[in-house]
Amino acid sequence: MGLEIYNSTVQAAVNWARKFSLFQYPFVTACCGMEFMSSAAPKYDLARFGAEFPRFSPRQADLLIIVGTITERQGPALRRIYDQMCEPKWVVAFGVCASTGGFYQNYSTMPGADQVVPVDVYIPGCPPRPEQVLDALILLQERIQRGEGHSQIVLKAEAGHDVPIAAIRPRDKGPHAVAGKTEGAK
Amino acid sequence: MSQLILDRLAATFTGGELEQIGSQHGNEWARVRRDAWRTVGSFLRDDPACDMKMPTDLTAVDRMTREPRFDVVLHLYSVTKKHRVRLYAGVPEDDCTLDSLVPVWPGLDWFEREAYDLYGVRFRGHPDLRRILMYPEFVGHPLRKDYPKEKRQPLIRRSGFPGKPE
Repeated sequence: MGLEIYNSTVQAAVNWARKFSLFQYPFVTACCGMEFMSSAAPKYDLARFGAEFPRFSPRQADLLIIVGTITERQGPALRRIYDQMCEPKWVVAFGVCASTGGFYQNYSTMPGADQVVPVDVYIPGCPPRPEQVLDALILLQERIQRGEGHSQIVLKAEAGHDVPIAAIRPRDKGPHAVAGKTEGAK
Repeated sequence: MSQLILDRLAATFTGGELEQIGSQHGNEWARVRRDAWRTVGSFLRDDPACDMKMPTDLTAVDRMTREPRFDVVLHLYSVTKKHRVRLYAGVPEDDCTLDSLVPVWPGLDWFEREAYDLYGVRFRGHPDLRRILMYPEFVGHPLRKDYPKEKRQPLIRRSGFPGKPE
C-alpha cells in the first residue's frame, strides 16, 4: 500500500514541483541564441512557466537547452556539461541544427546533439519562433509530470523498477493529439 | 587600379619568378614561382612604392585535376597607397610545401594554419603549424576535393542508451 501511495501521489507532487521549477542551462552556440533571448525576454517570457533563471553553471541546472549548431569538436564538452548536471535532468534541442544538424551536412557538424546526449524535446525551425519554444516547454512539462523524461526513466530503471521498453522512448502525443486517433490512421 | 604593382614586380623580378600576370575587373594578380614566394612577399612589403603592409587573406584552392594541384592565394592591401594585389603560388601534391610568410607578416600565422588544416599545405618556417579548426585527432584535410563528402570523424558518441541499440 505504501509503495503505491509513493508512486502515485508523492511522485506526482514531486514531478509537479519539478516541472514548474526548471533551472535552464542555455548551451548557446549559434544564431538560434537570438531567438532564445527573445523567448526568454519579457514579450514571450519563459518565466511564466517557471523556467525563470538561466544558470550558467551546469551544476545548478536541470534543463539543458542546446541552442544552435553542435560541431564534432564540441561533442566532448557538451557531454561533459550534461554529465555535470544533477539528476533528474532534461534536454531540449533548440532548432534544426541541434536536432539534426540542419542544412550542415559536412565533415565538421554533428548530425544532431542526440548523438551525444539524450534529447527529450526537439524544436524544429531555423530559428524556431518563440511560440514553438513555449510549446516545447509545455510538452516537456507534460513529460516531466508523467515521469517520462529520459533521465527520470533511467533513474527509475536504476532504482529497480520495471520499465517497459515502450516507455523508454514514448511517442509524444503532445497537446495537439486528437483523442482516440492513433498513428497510421488515414 | 594597381598596375603599378605589377610593373614594379616585373621590373624587379626578371629571372622568371613571375610566371604569369593578369588583370581582370580592375583586380591585378600575379602567379609567383614557388621558390620566390617569400622574396616577392617581402619585396612588396618593403618597397616604398608598393608598401603592402596589410595581408588581408591567405587561403588555398584545390584544383584537383590540374598540375600543380593546389594554389595558395594571398591578398595584399596597402593602407597608405590604397591599392591591392592578389598573388598565387602553385603547390604540387607530392611536395605539398610552401615557404611561410609569417616572418614577413606575422598576422598570417593563423591563415597558414587554416590552409594547412583544411588543405594540407605545409608552410616551411611557420613557428607553430598545428591544426586550428579541426581537432588534433582528425585525419586528413577536409576541404580537399578527394575528401569523402559524407565522411565523419566523431570524437564522441552516445552508447548504452536504453531503447537505442548501438
